[in-house]
Amino acid sequence: MNMKVEEISYSVRDKRLIESISLEIIEGEFIGLIGPNGSGKSTLLKNIYRVLKPDRGGVYLNGKDLSQMTQKETARSMAVVSQEANMAFDFAVMDIVMMGRAPHKRLLESDTARDQEIAERALARVGMQHAASSSFATLSGGEKQRVLIARALAQEAGFLILDEPTNHLDIRYQLQMMDLVKALKLTSFAALHDLNIAACYCDRIYVLNDGRIVAAGRPEEVMQKELLLRVFGVKTQISRHPSTGKPAITFLPEMLVN
Amino acid sequence: MGSRTPREGPHHRVWFAGILVLLAAMLLVSITAAVMLGPVAIDPGTVWKIALSNLPGFAGKVDQTWSQGQSHIIWDIRFPRVLLGAVVGAGLSVAGVAAQALMRNSLADPYILGVSSGASVGATLVILLGAFSYFGQYALSLAAFMGALVAMGLVFLLARVAGRISTTRLLLSGIAISMMMSAATNFIVTMAPREEGIRTAMYWMMGSLAGAKWSYMTFPVLIVLAGTLLFLLQYRSLNALLMGDDTAVTLGVNIQHFRIVLILTLALLTGTLVSISGSIGFVGLMIPHIVRLLIGSDHRRVLPVSLFLGAIFIVWADVLARMALAPEELPIGIVTALCGGPFFIWLLRRSSYSFGGGQE
Repeated sequence: MNMKVEEISYSVRDKRLIESISLEIIEGEFIGLIGPNGSGKSTLLKNIYRVLKPDRGGVYLNGKDLSQMTQKETARSMAVVSQEANMAFDFAVMDIVMMGRAPHKRLLESDTARDQEIAERALARVGMQHAASSSFATLSGGEKQRVLIARALAQEAGFLILDEPTNHLDIRYQLQMMDLVKALKLTSFAALHDLNIAACYCDRIYVLNDGRIVAAGRPEEVMQKELLLRVFGVKTQISRHPSTGKPAITFLPEMLVN
Repeated sequence: MGSRTPREGPHHRVWFAGILVLLAAMLLVSITAAVMLGPVAIDPGTVWKIALSNLPGFAGKVDQTWSQGQSHIIWDIRFPRVLLGAVVGAGLSVAGVAAQALMRNSLADPYILGVSSGASVGATLVILLGAFSYFGQYALSLAAFMGALVAMGLVFLLARVAGRISTTRLLLSGIAISMMMSAATNFIVTMAPREEGIRTAMYWMMGSLAGAKWSYMTFPVLIVLAGTLLFLLQYRSLNALLMGDDTAVTLGVNIQHFRIVLILTLALLTGTLVSISGSIGFVGLMIPHIVRLLIGSDHRRVLPVSLFLGAIFIVWADVLARMALAPEELPIGIVTALCGGPFFIWLLRRSSYSFGGGQE
């Protein structure tokens, strides 16, 4: 599934949060979005997944204008995993995964054996089938995130958005989660906090600063120390890591290097 | 430690159907018992024979083994009251489930949108100042209903910012309007010219089923059935709503539209119930929590089970209200709070039930 964002802007009152942003994601790509806090990452993603409505510009999935689709149609082609949900009431894990089938259901349609099968397979793909009847609240942060990915898989959408999915997770689970998402081979767009993780996993990266895209390209093109200094305000040293072959970013704190 | 919730599948569908049948049977038994109990005790056989003989198509086909007086007590006085209790209990519980999903707040109850305080203004105006006497015996219900709708309309308008409704604003406007409406009620009570009216007004505000008549029954029954059906049809969206607004959107729920449908249904449902029975507290708050504790949060199950459990609870609460200080009657709100409070505290002490507050 191809996704195209054309010149979208969004402001709250007079404050421009994102300004004429355009980007394009091709079928099969894993694309990262990085930028400091307040740069507009989440605002951009929310404009794409329709929690916010852009003031100008449009979002297109396979050439189809998102704003012309119903909410259900959108949910059938685009799934979202965001930071661990702050849930009001507890659900069984399987109930949560089955929610991914909701956009495929009409008003009086009941869940079928096929829905059940899809949900079970999704849960198996994230390695959580053993927890199907456990309560969600008792899971660890990493497990919860995997269940939410299973829900996204059950949606059978061609395009996956990850809104800082690894925040609050221990490093081990961050890597586990990224490995998992990457292995799904879905067209994905992920806002990421950790520059090294972004450099390791993304095919291409967009850099957002102050509501605008200031750089885009393959990790080795984007991870440049001048750019990182300008956008993130930190000194870095960048090398190609001998084992991963990916750019490795080392931060150089003021107190140690001067 | 977490409560385990049964999984999907044909086996569990049978299991759940069994629970519903059991609850229906319990409700039937409760209704029978509640009709039997009273100053004049009447055996269950007679209760149902009288009921049957009054149903269309059965008149004259049941051997009459009872007196006119018994028939009058059973059919004209006790049955409407007990059935109204069941309808009100069912409706308030279902409304509580929907209100908690709408607000994503475990403290939400059917009155969260200012219904009961709005209705109280209308009711006290009628009881104490004799307003709307033009409508005769319907003045009280009508005024309460209008009061409820006005309060909820105000809450709704206040919660809208730039065409969107935010949950927090809805909650806070509900509280603000409730406070103002309560002040208005208190003002009316203070200004009341007649002492005995104040007592009536107090009774009404604490909830009572004493005014039940067959003629009052149709509308509430229809509204409760229609409301429950609508919520049940939307169970997937209600589930999604509990996951958070943003998540609900990404699961395909048109959230602004859905919220308006929920608020309107809730308004109509609670407004109707309050107008006939006053504001009976605790049911709408407590029953949904108990049900979630027993069977998990999936609204497909929570709604029907709450319906039955709420009905059963109010039927018995009203029995207590009638019997505890007989021949005096307690307002049913006192009974629901006295029974509900300790139970709620017990629930609160159970570490495995989170009340929707996460893990802590």
